[in-house]
Amino acid sequence: MEILQDLLLYYTHNAWYVLEQFGRQFLMSAYGVLFGALVGIPVGIFIAHYKKLSPWVISLANVIQTIPSLAMLAVLMLVLGLGPNTVVFALFLYSLLPIIKNTYTGIHQVDPSMIEAGKGMGMTRFQILRMVELPLALSVIMAGLRTALVITIGIATIGTFIGAGGLGDIILRGTNASDGTVIILAGVIPTALMAVIADWFLGLLERKLAPGKKRNGLISIGHE
Amino acid sequence: MLKFEHVSKVYKGKKRAVNDLNFEIEKGEFIVLIGPSGCGKTTTMKMINRLIEPTSGKIYIDGENILEMDPVRLRRKIGYVIQQIGLFPHMTIEQNISLVPRLLKWSPEKRRKRAEELLDLVDMTPDYLDRFPHELSGGQQQRIGVLRALAADQPLILMDEPFGALDPITRDSLQTEFKKLQRRLDKTIVFVTHDMDEALKLADRIVIMRDGSIVQFDTPDEILRNPANEFVEEFIGKDRLDSQRPQVQTVEEIMNPHPVTVTGDVSLSEAIRSMKQHRVDSLLVVNENQQLEGYIDFGIVNEARSKAKTVADAMLRNVYKVEKGTLVRDTMQTILKRGLKYVPIVDEENKLVGIITRSNLVDVVYDSIWGDSQANGL
Repeated sequence: MEILQDLLLYYTHNAWYVLEQFGRQFLMSAYGVLFGALVGIPVGIFIAHYKKLSPWVISLANVIQTIPSLAMLAVLMLVLGLGPNTVVFALFLYSLLPIIKNTYTGIHQVDPSMIEAGKGMGMTRFQILRMVELPLALSVIMAGLRTALVITIGIATIGTFIGAGGLGDIILRGTNASDGTVIILAGVIPTALMAVIADWFLGLLERKLAPGKKRNGLISIGHE
Repeated sequence: MLKFEHVSKVYKGKKRAVNDLNFEIEKGEFIVLIGPSGCGKTTTMKMINRLIEPTSGKIYIDGENILEMDPVRLRRKIGYVIQQIGLFPHMTIEQNISLVPRLLKWSPEKRRKRAEELLDLVDMTPDYLDRFPHELSGGQQQRIGVLRALAADQPLILMDEPFGALDPITRDSLQTEFKKLQRRLDKTIVFVTHDMDEALKLADRIVIMRDGSIVQFDTPDEILRNPANEFVEEFIGKDRLDSQRPQVQTVEEIMNPHPVTVTGDVSLSEAIRSMKQHRVDSLLVVNENQQLEGYIDFGIVNEARSKAKTVADAMLRNVYKVEKGTLVRDTMQTILKRGLKYVPIVDEENKLVGIITRSNLVDVVYDSIWGDSQANGL
């Protein structure tokens, strides 16, 4: 009970500060995913069409994913220096794997008969991509973006070590303070909340963007 | 209209899928390519819209060598109905139908109008336009699949086993419907199937293929009468050859020209008396111009006795009928597949001209079995 009261006290005293760090962390994650999408989606599309490349590209993204985030930040810091830009770059790298993999899977699983139908009716390659493959892969691609965003929101917390700010600042301060439970919680709760809300919101968007499947879930791509 | 000249297709290092094909198709013909799987029929069809590129030879459409055309523009001029429907699940019915017009950059109003026109062709209402494919039944979906190929009024349409995924009854009625549509719109059709019944029913001429070559290219009647060789005979099936030989007859030749009829204003008790008198269990209902309106049987009379007074109140209107001039073999299949007891025959104006009952069919089968063997015996 006491913790809850202290937490409330903390928030009322530092409302503006917490909000600012919240926004900062969200922007870092969002930019990371945005750049990840700008690179990852085209790469995913590309390897779905040139399948020989796919194991190479996906393994590379896998390798990136396995690097511990603290190590990654430290190495990038040597090259890019301190500050939020370095964090955004790291988040960009981490978001590549889910985005590339899901784009690849999404396009790869489009029923070949759909593509043949499009081709047979006289669509150009680009039209097939735009009118058939992307719309049919959209929900899987969106799921990749969701995963990426949730991962990056988590990782962005440690951006505080290289002076990027964010909710990690609050958490770190809590760990340094004696008896800092309340301060730690004050940073952790908004972080978790942000991840949950982002996931929920993108899920909503995903359903909005998938016409024709609204009522029946995801199926109905194949036939009988 | 369409001409193949020494066309071959050899797949990498493997076998010859199609071997030196030469044939010509006239405008408005319904051509069915048929053969066992791996005979090259699908490959042949797909070379026409260049989904598969021939290894050698030339293909002409209206005198133009298609191998020198831009494949995308070529395909927009050829209707294509894909195996297993192939509607885009993320597009509405309208978007599906008007896809090729959209690629050809028609205005949205013109596209909408065209889509409505087309739906009307298959007796579907415009409110289907805004639905999605998964909301339609299999038969309706395949109708849309066919309409999609007609959308830009392409003169040539390719169909790759389009009715294969449907249940027998739906398939049967779609075949009938489609054949009518094709005659009306005067389209040239190249149709691939492995179902001989379908081929015999739809085709003006059938191309029977084996191992990448044409074995026989002729009208269905001619193929039934004079199969080119043992392979064709076997492929058609001995049963079919025997049973279909006499059935180049039309329905008028075997129908009973005096069906028992009744008009709609007659009372139910009068109707049942008429049934008793003629020893039948159902009556065809016609209007004063002898046009067929429906039917009524003793079961309906029995059920509706208390509620309805006249035949018009109680009769069922969705009666399956056949136009005169239809071949007996098609009608016989329909009767057997649907388990009908009889089929009324009407003329172009829906006037009742006769009826075919199962006992008429017995006569036909009797004639084909005993008539032949007697002739042979003598």
